[in-house]
Amino acid sequence: MDLGGLNLFVLIASLMVSATPILLAAIGETVVEKAGVLNLGVEGMMITGAVVGFAVAINTGSAPFGFVAAAIAAALLSLTFGFLTQVLLSNQVATGLGLTLVGLGLSALIGKPYEGLKSVVLQPVKIPVLSDIPGFGRMLFSHDPMVYISLIIVAGVWAWLKFTRAGLVLRAVGENHEAAHALGYKVIRIRMLAIMFGGACAGLGGAYISLVRVPQWTEGMTAGAGWIALAIVVFASWKPWRILLGAYLFGGVTVLQLNLQAMGVAIPVEYLSMSPYLITIAVLVFISARGNQNAPAALAKPFHASN
Amino acid sequence: MSFKNLITGAIAAAAMAGSAFAQDVTVGFVYVGPVGDGGWTYEHNKGRLAVEEHFGDRVKTIYQESVPEGADSERVMTQMALQGADLIFTTSFGYMDPTINVAAKFPNVKFEHATGYKRADNVSTYSARFYEGRAVQGHIAGRMTKTNKIGYIGSFPIPEVIRGINSAYIHAKKVNPDVEFNIVWAYTWFDPAKEADAAKALIEQGADVILQHTDSTAPQAAAEQAGNVVTFGQASDMSEYAPFPRVSSIIDDWAPYYIARTQAVLDGTWTSVDTWDGIGAGMVGIGEISSAVPADVKAEAEALRDALASGEYHAFTGPLNKQDGSAWLADGETADDGTLAGMNFYVEGLTATIPN
Repeated sequence: MDLGGLNLFVLIASLMVSATPILLAAIGETVVEKAGVLNLGVEGMMITGAVVGFAVAINTGSAPFGFVAAAIAAALLSLTFGFLTQVLLSNQVATGLGLTLVGLGLSALIGKPYEGLKSVVLQPVKIPVLSDIPGFGRMLFSHDPMVYISLIIVAGVWAWLKFTRAGLVLRAVGENHEAAHALGYKVIRIRMLAIMFGGACAGLGGAYISLVRVPQWTEGMTAGAGWIALAIVVFASWKPWRILLGAYLFGGVTVLQLNLQAMGVAIPVEYLSMSPYLITIAVLVFISARGNQNAPAALAKPFHASN
Repeated sequence: MSFKNLITGAIAAAAMAGSAFAQDVTVGFVYVGPVGDGGWTYEHNKGRLAVEEHFGDRVKTIYQESVPEGADSERVMTQMALQGADLIFTTSFGYMDPTINVAAKFPNVKFEHATGYKRADNVSTYSARFYEGRAVQGHIAGRMTKTNKIGYIGSFPIPEVIRGINSAYIHAKKVNPDVEFNIVWAYTWFDPAKEADAAKALIEQGADVILQHTDSTAPQAAAEQAGNVVTFGQASDMSEYAPFPRVSSIIDDWAPYYIARTQAVLDGTWTSVDTWDGIGAGMVGIGEISSAVPADVKAEAEALRDALASGEYHAFTGPLNKQDGSAWLADGETADDGTLAGMNFYVEGLTATIPN
């Protein structure tokens, strides 16, 4: 399907790659926020995942190991946030911002010896038969495994939140932690696990940038992707499938405008670049006008069992 | 002498010793990207380290990295001035107005703004004639391309970047009349993922040479993955991607300038100046042309480099027309610095339009 030289299948294939880091980070943050915790440290966890994933992939010669290590490292980093905010009851906004700063500094330190090195990259897998379908094969069935894993995580989070008892408990904790506590649920433990899940997802997203999308280590290479992930969570009003839509929209606009430019189409790049943010604002205005923001009621509120 | 007196004495002695070795001058640097970007900021930071090494204890340097252009940079500069910086280098085009604003508030602090055109009594400007290096790149690009499509990743449509595009195009066209330029504006100086995406989009459209005017090595990585695509190091040598895809580079060497200006502050001879040096003065270096380039092309490129360095050839020499076909430079005429500094038009043959 060609639209004036623009191959739609190729475009969608590249937007899926471009959107995967923010998709992973945003779906993780959704679970964190659904549990009533606001972790603004996504950027810091992503960059930590990017550097650790890259370093481990180089040293072991295996990209999958890199991803696993990235998830573990970012989850451990998020645990410091969890300890400070859940046990010591520090302010979540300030602690999250601090986590970003720590992540950026720490990654620069860890990454120094890895600047300019080349790593094994995660190769695309062609799914037999399906990848041979003209157009759609290239678009949907010729990606690297992480693209599919990110989609599976989205579906899993959706099903888990909607259909399982554990998902219900997590949502209860996020809506009203005192009631959940009164019913005997371990609010802090549940939130800690949610924070770690969010960290692991952000780490995977970061590693995707350093192991697939670029692929190399450069200091500060996430360049604000974590903040976009946070915006997507609000844009999606905390709903997993809308997270997918939001991430592909943000990723899609970036790729679309670059491709249109490369084709020589004169487009007002500024407007296209700002459109996802304008849509986010429009969505926020719309949902608050309806009076139902769908935000977890206990979001960013501290909890102590004595209350 | 009691123990307490001994301690007090030691502290006093230490304080005196400290003041004797106190730095004469504090020099601040404001960077647009991280010092580890491998390109633009990396080279400015190398210049800072050279200042420290050259002056030792007499000069203290401070820096702030990844400072967004705009209001944030004003805060950072103010902070530096309040911290006691005597000389502040602001190293990105977008710091121009903030530098002028902060300089007005601190008349005793000297400022140096890179790549801009606004000066004041305590604000100098300095830049390098990168377009000379672009001429060499354009020559190699024109000779190396097989698809006759050259991709160009621009940051922002400002005179410095437009100059580079024009210079590269003129010299690519000279050796390959069929050459076409595809230009993508990234609207960022540093965003590796976006820069890589831009490179991939250009390669997708058939470009087999990528020139970049952004700061990270990401386009090099994208080109390497694609296989048959030629790139050039930007601002820094980026030799980790040599001999292929990176076949040559433009290297910014700020160290001599930073040392000279710091010396001027130490001597009390600093005045507001406008410096614009090129290959000849050593501010622009051409990185080694790698073995992936055929020997005859390499020899031509080196001859061009030497002619630019000696001044016998100017990168913008007529006859040249503007994009709309109107005459710009007559045969043998060279562009004046004023026109170059404010360049806001493409030369004839480029098909894109400059976004406003």
